[in-house]
Amino acid sequence: MVKIKDLPDAEFVQGSYACAGCGGILAVRLALKVLGPETVIVTTPSCLLGVTTFYPQLAFKVPCVNVTFPSTAAAVSGVVAGLRRRGKKGVKVVGLAGDGGTVDIGLQALSGAVERGDNFLFICYDNEAYMNTGVQRSGATPLGARTTTTPVGSLGRGEERPKKDMLGIVAAHNIPYAATASIGYPQDYLSKVQKAMQVEGPAYIQVLSPCPPGWGYRSDLTVKLARLAVQTGQWTLAEYENGRLTVKEIANPRPLREYLAPQMRFAHLLA
Amino acid sequence: MRAYLNGNEAVAAAVKLARTEVVAAYPITPQSTIVEKIAEYIADGSMEADYIRVESEHAALAACYGAAVTGTRVFTATSSQGLAYMFEMLHYVSGCRVPLVMAVANRGLAAPWTIWADHQDAVACRDTGWIQLYVETAQEALDTCLQAYKIAAHPEVLAPVMVCLDGYVLSHTEEIVEVPDQETVDRFLPPYRPEYSVDTRRPYVFGVGTGPDLYPAFKYNQQQAMLKAKEVIKEVERDFQAHFQRSYGGLVDPYYCHDAAVVLVVMGATAGTAREVVDELRRQGEAVGLLRLRSFRPFPVEDLRAALSGAGVVAVLDRDCSFGYEGVLATEIKAALYDLREKPLVTGFTGGLGGRDIRREELAGIFHRCLEVVRCQDEGTGAVLNGYWQK
Amino acid sequence: MLAESDLRKGPNLATPLLSTTTGSWRLVRPVLNTERCNNCLICWLFCPEGCFTRGERVVSLDLDFCKGCGICVAECPREALALVEEGISDARLSER
Repeated sequence: MVKIKDLPDAEFVQGSYACAGCGGILAVRLALKVLGPETVIVTTPSCLLGVTTFYPQLAFKVPCVNVTFPSTAAAVSGVVAGLRRRGKKGVKVVGLAGDGGTVDIGLQALSGAVERGDNFLFICYDNEAYMNTGVQRSGATPLGARTTTTPVGSLGRGEERPKKDMLGIVAAHNIPYAATASIGYPQDYLSKVQKAMQVEGPAYIQVLSPCPPGWGYRSDLTVKLARLAVQTGQWTLAEYENGRLTVKEIANPRPLREYLAPQMRFAHLLA
Repeated sequence: MRAYLNGNEAVAAAVKLARTEVVAAYPITPQSTIVEKIAEYIADGSMEADYIRVESEHAALAACYGAAVTGTRVFTATSSQGLAYMFEMLHYVSGCRVPLVMAVANRGLAAPWTIWADHQDAVACRDTGWIQLYVETAQEALDTCLQAYKIAAHPEVLAPVMVCLDGYVLSHTEEIVEVPDQETVDRFLPPYRPEYSVDTRRPYVFGVGTGPDLYPAFKYNQQQAMLKAKEVIKEVERDFQAHFQRSYGGLVDPYYCHDAAVVLVVMGATAGTAREVVDELRRQGEAVGLLRLRSFRPFPVEDLRAALSGAGVVAVLDRDCSFGYEGVLATEIKAALYDLREKPLVTGFTGGLGGRDIRREELAGIFHRCLEVVRCQDEGTGAVLNGYWQK
Repeated sequence: MLAESDLRKGPNLATPLLSTTTGSWRLVRPVLNTERCNNCLICWLFCPEGCFTRGERVVSLDLDFCKGCGICVAECPREALALVEEGISDARLSER
């Protein structure tokens, strides 16, 4: 278990152009505190690439390999093989992608890399839509959510399909380690990151990362919503390890309204 | 050592001799036997490399890119649909100035489905920022792959290279190939160790984002490097010749062009047939010549002008088409000669699509039609030569 | 602007490289009441920009990268942090 007090002072991403209250950059900042300086990031055009590696504002203090949208995990495989050839042991290679870059356009590459058994960690910072391009729905958008491509109108009721079960898909590859997490539960999240990076072979973490402009809420509520998502049963803290799936039980779920009410994307459901 | 190798085996031999460290590839006909051979080398311990068995061509090039930025020598190969599937990554790799080498066993694009050779696949990738070298023989395929690594990684070039060999005609046809010894190759081609690479002690971002203020500057530099590559390709070939006593003319490979009234321009293995036709017509006293274009990108404008300016008619044989206009090479040759005060008539012939055989009689026919035009021009009757499509 | 030598090797650049701080985005800023702070590190943990520094007894705050999101204020369990509009002095906060 990671102890918050033992996390390093060092920041490995700072000065990004992420929006105020961005859950995604918080997820990355925290993960890097566990991963440490011997880490290589591989990422794709997404909010993350745009806010951390756009000249003249380069915010990472670790190497970052940018690649095309479908290719995070494929480039990861190349970096892993190249570092092995160069005899660079102990360097962790971490693929970072949003939900679109993971469950939609990046799915094939991720499936390939996991199936090959390459030694890497893939973190999907899940903000439940294509935020960088202006809040279009993705395969990870939850049922009922209003996005710019699932608008609410006389016929439209928001997203019509439930969220894709990405953990199930990854687990079906017999991956050594996979988990879902939330930035609202940092100790749980970071303990999973630590476990994942110690695994020999592929590991996958999908971390719920609320997005103030995309979800339509006040920027100070990011962590609170990440917590409420779990407390209301809209997000599970699950772990797939040695072929077994365990899910953190929520003894007394809070009313769903508490999670939905602060978010514009669900406003039509409560009207 | 002399061996009986087909073009694909020759490429695989070169990849091994170049001490390539990472290979990522996806099967596609007629390329597949290149990477099968490499997989065999790795499996029997004769080549020390990582083979990433990727799930698509797009991933193949992404994985090669990832490996290349760690500072390793990488290779991939593809054809046709696979190359088309890579299109996004082609731009990405060249834009990031990653000097990797890819063999393209040229094949037509669907639809209709075909597995046989033409140049549509690679020619359609003309503007991706890759150097494209077309070879005529299995020997040249081997030698050009070795050259390609040196050209790509030249500090003033830093561009990826496609080595294009006609599907089946070269990829699957055996020839006697001189396979150079490892020591000579090592002297010619030192290990690839770039100025900077993925290194946690000296972190870099590979492929930063840029605004309108900076993007054009990077693209300008890419263009300058591609133009510079014309010199470097020639320089590397001189160096290659010094080590291996073989050469292919650098950017263009002219044959009897100096006094020719009609010159045929081709790329790839068709040059072999065309050379025989030139010999035959020369024996009959006809002033014909052949120019094999080796480097399609960078486009050797100066060399083409020098070789073609004296001709009356230049016939360009395209194994590709820019639909709604004409063969791509024909357009390019016309543009290259446009500034000349005295310029030859240029006419395009489209043939050899989807593996259609281009026979000696057909090439002889092209020469005869063009010779007739030259005669009419001399007599002042002003015949116009229309293009031709081999149906 | 980049040097010619940087442009020649492609869009691959040494990181980090910060040309600006993001503090100028801020409309409100967090103010820390050190008497209430018990160094629980919640703010340090949840600040997306890493603006807090751990101290012996209390945290300290460097606003260079603070965008004024307010997460630290919302999450602080002891109400040791408050948001004030930029331009208003800290003194007024302590009066409240």
